[in-house]
Amino acid sequence: MPVSPAAPRARVSALAVDGVLEVSLAGTWKITEPRPSWREVRGTLDPARVRLRVDQVEQWDSSLLLFLFGVQQWCRATGAHCDPDALPEKIRRLLAQLASSHETSVPFDRTENFLITVGRATQDVLVKARAISHFVGECVLSAGRLVRRPGAFRWHDCLVEMQQCGAMALPIVGLISFLVGVTLAYTGALVLRQYGGDIFVADLIGLAMVREMGAMLTGVVLAGRTGAAFAATLGNMQANEEIDALETLGIPAVNFLVLPRLLALGVMLPLLALYADACGILGGMAVSRGLLAISPTAYWIELQTIVSLSDVLVGVIKAVAFGLIVGLAGCLRGLQAERSAAGVGQAATSAVVTAILFIIVADAVFAVLFNIVGL
Amino acid sequence: MPAAPLPPAIAVTGLACGYDGRAVLTDLTFAVAPGEIFFIIGGSGCGKSTLLRHLVGLRPPQAGTVEFFGQPFSPHDPAAQRARLQTFGVLYQGGALWSSLTLRQNVALPLEEYTPLSQAEIREVVALKLSQVGLTGFEDYYPSEISGGMRKRAGLARALALDPAIVFLDEPSAGLDPITSRRLDELLLQIRELFGTTLVVVSHELDSIFRLADRVILLDRGAQGIIAAGPPRALVAGSRDPRVTEFLQREAPPQ
Repeated sequence: MPVSPAAPRARVSALAVDGVLEVSLAGTWKITEPRPSWREVRGTLDPARVRLRVDQVEQWDSSLLLFLFGVQQWCRATGAHCDPDALPEKIRRLLAQLASSHETSVPFDRTENFLITVGRATQDVLVKARAISHFVGECVLSAGRLVRRPGAFRWHDCLVEMQQCGAMALPIVGLISFLVGVTLAYTGALVLRQYGGDIFVADLIGLAMVREMGAMLTGVVLAGRTGAAFAATLGNMQANEEIDALETLGIPAVNFLVLPRLLALGVMLPLLALYADACGILGGMAVSRGLLAISPTAYWIELQTIVSLSDVLVGVIKAVAFGLIVGLAGCLRGLQAERSAAGVGQAATSAVVTAILFIIVADAVFAVLFNIVGL
Repeated sequence: MPAAPLPPAIAVTGLACGYDGRAVLTDLTFAVAPGEIFFIIGGSGCGKSTLLRHLVGLRPPQAGTVEFFGQPFSPHDPAAQRARLQTFGVLYQGGALWSSLTLRQNVALPLEEYTPLSQAEIREVVALKLSQVGLTGFEDYYPSEISGGMRKRAGLARALALDPAIVFLDEPSAGLDPITSRRLDELLLQIRELFGTTLVVVSHELDSIFRLADRVILLDRGAQGIIAAGPPRALVAGSRDPRVTEFLQREAPPQ
């Protein structure tokens, strides 16, 4: 029932007669409105019997029940006799329900002791490591199938993904790498100027962009942009039982969903990295022209003396690896997602974290490897 | 109770519902009396859920008005809207529990938002509501840890948290086994009996319709509107419209 503005508020009056406290409730009791408290009603009285009456109540809901329940609890605690006979049958029934739910509602303890937590975490690490190697293995097998039977591959999905993660990422990758080129040029100029070696800014930017920054930047941007999207998409499909529907049809999710995405990233990330190289070099060129008065021609010729094709190759190899890392992390986290909205969010977060972590680790490994082979 | 006749719990006049300019239902007029169990029925795709979304104010009406207890539902007055929403409870099809909160927190959220109750009192109310839907002991479970039927019942407990005057239920028994579904129906009857709650139910479960409904409106896709209104048994007995009898007699239970 709606409460009109003029609706009488919840009221309680208490009248003590021969040790019996007669508590009369009146007015409209709404759970959204304030209600009198039993402590104030009782005041300093300490009755041996309490009789409850609700004849004057116009409308009521759980608010009234809570008050009556409070009185009952107090009576039980102090040993007073509570007389509910004057209450209507409905209210007595609800009060009984409230009392039983009060007694049976036991908090579910989720706390665990330290050793159990550590044990669980350790087990969890093992399980996760196994899941990763299992997943990578499946992807390799699936790639083998792709080579043997290229006709059965979902080329159309792959092209759509390529457009999504490649072409659509051009603006953001371009902007970021251009600005990184600018920043590098400024920082480099600070030092190189002291030695009169302004022109070597071109070397610095060329090598840094082509060998390191191009691939790394693109990898990180795509981890956030594409890896998270993969995880969210697959996580949602998991929550909707779409992945289960694929499995029961005998179509492995890896073939159908993961490989097209991996291939798309494996192809597009190196291309984007080359584009990032170019943008970064352009950024450096702009600063050199403006700040250091080095003409674009001089910048370009200097750049060519230091950056060789093998440096470009180093960047591209890394970019392929980063692409696979981003794709694997995104798909793996998506497939592992819990079947809930929160699970999808966690999958996206952990896909990005995993991808960036492994990109940095892989970069370090590549640095050592390329040093050994002399690239 | 004042002697003046009460305004209907819900009065819908000339309502047109739809999405993006495409009308699904046009010119709906009906009223729901306080304390009535009112069913909106019809085949799939006839706009039952769309109508419900318009009634609860999730979508603005394309034309017409919806009034609750004589007061119009005005999306342009946020304060009035908020006050109005307190008198509603909505049970969504899948329960729509917030997955990052436990059942206790799910039911407690409306209480924390709208009532002056203390934490201890909120615990009592939550325990009562959950016990009414038979979920005692599951207070600290997350929605992902319980079954679909339990989620739906927990959703009902949340819808009832503020003891609303009107509860809207979208396909309450869809996906439930017959026994659970019957229990849910009994629970709805009990809630109406105890609190005089008006229930508006979207459904196509004949069992529930005949068990619960005081009145039904039957929507039809082709007609884009109501093709029959009245108590379900009277419709079965009295309607000459083949669409009505076909819908209601698929397996009308023996009286």
